[in-house]
Amino acid sequence: MTATVPPKAPTFLGLPTAPRGVGHLRGDQSFPDAARGALRDGQLRANLGHATSTIRGKRARVVAEVPDWEQLRAAGKALKAATMARLDEHLEELERQVTARGGVVHWARDANEANEIVTRLVLATGAPEVVKVKSMATQEIGLNEALEAAGLDVFETDLAELIVQLGEDQPSHILVPAIHKNRAEIRAIFARTIPGVDPGLTDDPRRLAMAARQHLRERFLRARVAVSGANFAVAETGTLTVVESEGNGRMCLTLPETLITVMGIEKVVPTWRDLEVFLQLLPRSSTGERMNPYTSTWAGVTPGDGPQEFHLVLLDNGRTAVLADEVGREALHCIRCSACLNVCPVYERTGGHSYGSVYPGPIGAILSPQLTGVEDNASLPYASSLCGACFEVCPVAIDIPSILVHLRAEHVEAQQKPTAEGVAFAALARAMSHPRLWHLAQRAAGLGRLVSRGRPTLPNALPPPVSGWTRSRDLPTPPARTFVQQWTEEHGK
Amino acid sequence: MTAREEVLGRIRTALGSERTTPAEVARDYAQVHPVTGPELLDLLVDRVEDYRAAVLRCAPADVPATVRAALDQALGAGWAAGDVVVAPGLAQEWRPEGCDVDDDRPAVQLADRAASVTAVAVAIAETGTLVLDGSPACGRRALSLLPDCLVCVVTADQVVGSVPEGLARLDPLRPLTMVSGPSATSDIELQRVEGVHGPRTLVVVLVQPPRVGG
Amino acid sequence: MKVALFATCLVDTLTPSVAHATASLLQRLGHEVVVPTGQACCGQMHVNTGYRREAVGIVANHVRAFAGAEAIVAPSGSCVASVHHQQADVARRAGDEELARAAEELAGRTYELSQFLVDVLGVTDVGAYYPHRVTYHPTCHSLRLLKVGDRPYQLLRAVRGLELVELPGAEQCCGFGGTFAVKNADTSTAMLTDKMANVLSTHAEVCTAGDASCLLHIGGGLSRLRAGTRTVHLAEILASTEEAVSPQQSTEPSLSHPTTPTVTA
Repeated sequence: MTATVPPKAPTFLGLPTAPRGVGHLRGDQSFPDAARGALRDGQLRANLGHATSTIRGKRARVVAEVPDWEQLRAAGKALKAATMARLDEHLEELERQVTARGGVVHWARDANEANEIVTRLVLATGAPEVVKVKSMATQEIGLNEALEAAGLDVFETDLAELIVQLGEDQPSHILVPAIHKNRAEIRAIFARTIPGVDPGLTDDPRRLAMAARQHLRERFLRARVAVSGANFAVAETGTLTVVESEGNGRMCLTLPETLITVMGIEKVVPTWRDLEVFLQLLPRSSTGERMNPYTSTWAGVTPGDGPQEFHLVLLDNGRTAVLADEVGREALHCIRCSACLNVCPVYERTGGHSYGSVYPGPIGAILSPQLTGVEDNASLPYASSLCGACFEVCPVAIDIPSILVHLRAEHVEAQQKPTAEGVAFAALARAMSHPRLWHLAQRAAGLGRLVSRGRPTLPNALPPPVSGWTRSRDLPTPPARTFVQQWTEEHGK
Repeated sequence: MTAREEVLGRIRTALGSERTTPAEVARDYAQVHPVTGPELLDLLVDRVEDYRAAVLRCAPADVPATVRAALDQALGAGWAAGDVVVAPGLAQEWRPEGCDVDDDRPAVQLADRAASVTAVAVAIAETGTLVLDGSPACGRRALSLLPDCLVCVVTADQVVGSVPEGLARLDPLRPLTMVSGPSATSDIELQRVEGVHGPRTLVVVLVQPPRVGG
Repeated sequence: MKVALFATCLVDTLTPSVAHATASLLQRLGHEVVVPTGQACCGQMHVNTGYRREAVGIVANHVRAFAGAEAIVAPSGSCVASVHHQQADVARRAGDEELARAAEELAGRTYELSQFLVDVLGVTDVGAYYPHRVTYHPTCHSLRLLKVGDRPYQLLRAVRGLELVELPGAEQCCGFGGTFAVKNADTSTAMLTDKMANVLSTHAEVCTAGDASCLLHIGGGLSRLRAGTRTVHLAEILASTEEAVSPQQSTEPSLSHPTTPTVTA
């Protein structure tokens, strides 16, 4: 059996990437352009700075108390690599086990197909609305829009997702989608959008959380259909896992008659025992807790307990194209903890919206371009100073900086026509490969001192790309002679 | 071609024809927690209390009185037997007198109750986690979810040190709920607020073996 | 020991005083310094911007220039990290296994200055004198790729007259990131602003680091602000003695940017 290539879809090794026109993997601006606006938003900067420094501190404390953290990380990485190497077999086993326990497994090539499957399943129940557990996969494919287009009401139940939904906003963080909003802004959204909300609602986080509890309580109790994602799915037992904090997940996974879980194919793990690693790595990296308040697991359908109809939708949407890249496939190891976002100096300043995808931050900068094809998100691999803080905290040790560099090369090598930058880098490479040419090039650079007219720094107004530097930083006037020249003159060769 | 065949085919294309056997995963992380005995129970208490849940310790003979004390603490002294619903398989001698036993009623009706009392399958000390496994003693999942207060009775032999020890004791085919403190959110400015949709109050009754030799 | 000095393209072209300082420090410690004239660049900027194919020739030139050297020392954590973590991969991807092996072999003999001093030479007190209030910025590649740890602090603490003050938020990136500084100039500047605020909060006269590139960025920002706090490479501090606070400097705080060579006609 070979993969067929849909016409005109961007492909890698003949494997289709996530289709355009559906879902939330592509922004309408390049990263530098989107970031420029975000950087000017002082309130956003303050909110992000406060939130990320808080979570960084919590994570550091609970990770430091685990003496075998590095061994757990190594095991997590190895488990993921081993799983990917046999991904087809594990998915087939998962399908067998889920089916044997009363679940129904569906396969979706892409976002459109997954949306069609879920919409059809919901409509078949006759329910007018669905409650949702926070899920990156359904955000990625734009499921809410698809369900709403079919005339269904969709209620996000995670507090942060609710804030985003009520504020008609977009999520900006994997774990805390409303991280860009502070308490006062959230109070304003609730006061404006929640029917019958207490007019005396204050911005105390406890009061705000209680307002959400009240708002959603009745919806949970009447819900007939729920849609969730999954953090892990155990192939050998067919056990699905949702890791959460608020109990909204438990409400959705327990009370409705029908549960539909949409899961990226990379979320499978081979054995139950593998969770002993991930359930230690994930909460400490994610919310900075020893364990998250609630983890729910279920295998198919349990008579008398929870939904009696269970559907599992296995989603590709570009994941197999990522898998085909031997360097980039490590991005599929991600367990969506968001520790890399919280330590990233770029994310902390620009926020998640600048990335234009539901996957922001360092992991988004390597995942989104691979899911869509690098040319559809070409600015993202460059949205990093390569400082390496993300790699250091990643609980499954994804070498994000190396993959960023790899994707930059993919982008450069994908250019059909020569670019000005490409010509300049090729010329510089040629000079740096031949000492004689290099010394000539250095002499030419040294001529830069002529424009400084005796001042220690070059003028601020210089043509691009140097202007990118001199707009905010002085550039010292180049010396008349290089070090190697001076040394050789003094000491001989 | 079906979507199933196509996705599986893509995976095979992506991985190529010459697949190597993945290396054995080194599980050289700690399998068991070094702390044992009474200190293990102390660790559990410390970790559960860290989530701002309450722990009441008692001897086996004092469980009913301690469960009542837990309910007093959570609901105020004036609670009525009808406010509390217990798991159908909860040991007879642990049940507060006159309390309702969960049955086949629609799950949403449990939302009217103020508190529920259940046993647990396993408690993990290092992370302060209680695991309910849907057995008669733990009850169905809605029982420990809808009433606003959850009282869990944990016996000392159910306490293990580490996450690997805990998972090894569990049956992955059962619907499991791992509970670490009351429901909580950190969605507003990353500030933790206890109590959102799940029970806002969690009380653990820890049954300790009688001390030998005083 | 005979030490081959890898000045790095940036230091060689823009801030030669850093290379001079490295050489005079090593000579003062009793070692012979050679400067291979064929050296140009490690190739990092090309690789990190996506031009890994173009970098092959640069790597080949680097390997050629330093062939046979007993030990290679560079005053840059970033360039040494590239030699260690990128060069062989660049060659291997291009199908040049011979070059890859030569690069790996060369990497085994290539050291960042503070690692060379502490690990290879076994010295932390290099006999330096530097009567200034100094704060240290641990650059990302030194910190996370080379894991230089507290070696630079050990070296700085042993410098007579030097008052070392802790830099708040020290381990956050300064925002340089090679071509990131130009391609994402706004974000880079936002990161730089926060780094400068932390540097200025220490009231240090001097901000030092093991990478001239990051110092060019931080120093360029401080200079634009007319902040008065200047950037000086670790090598220049360690090279300073009672006779001369690094080449081309007096022991008095200088008014001009000290890593900026004055134009001498």
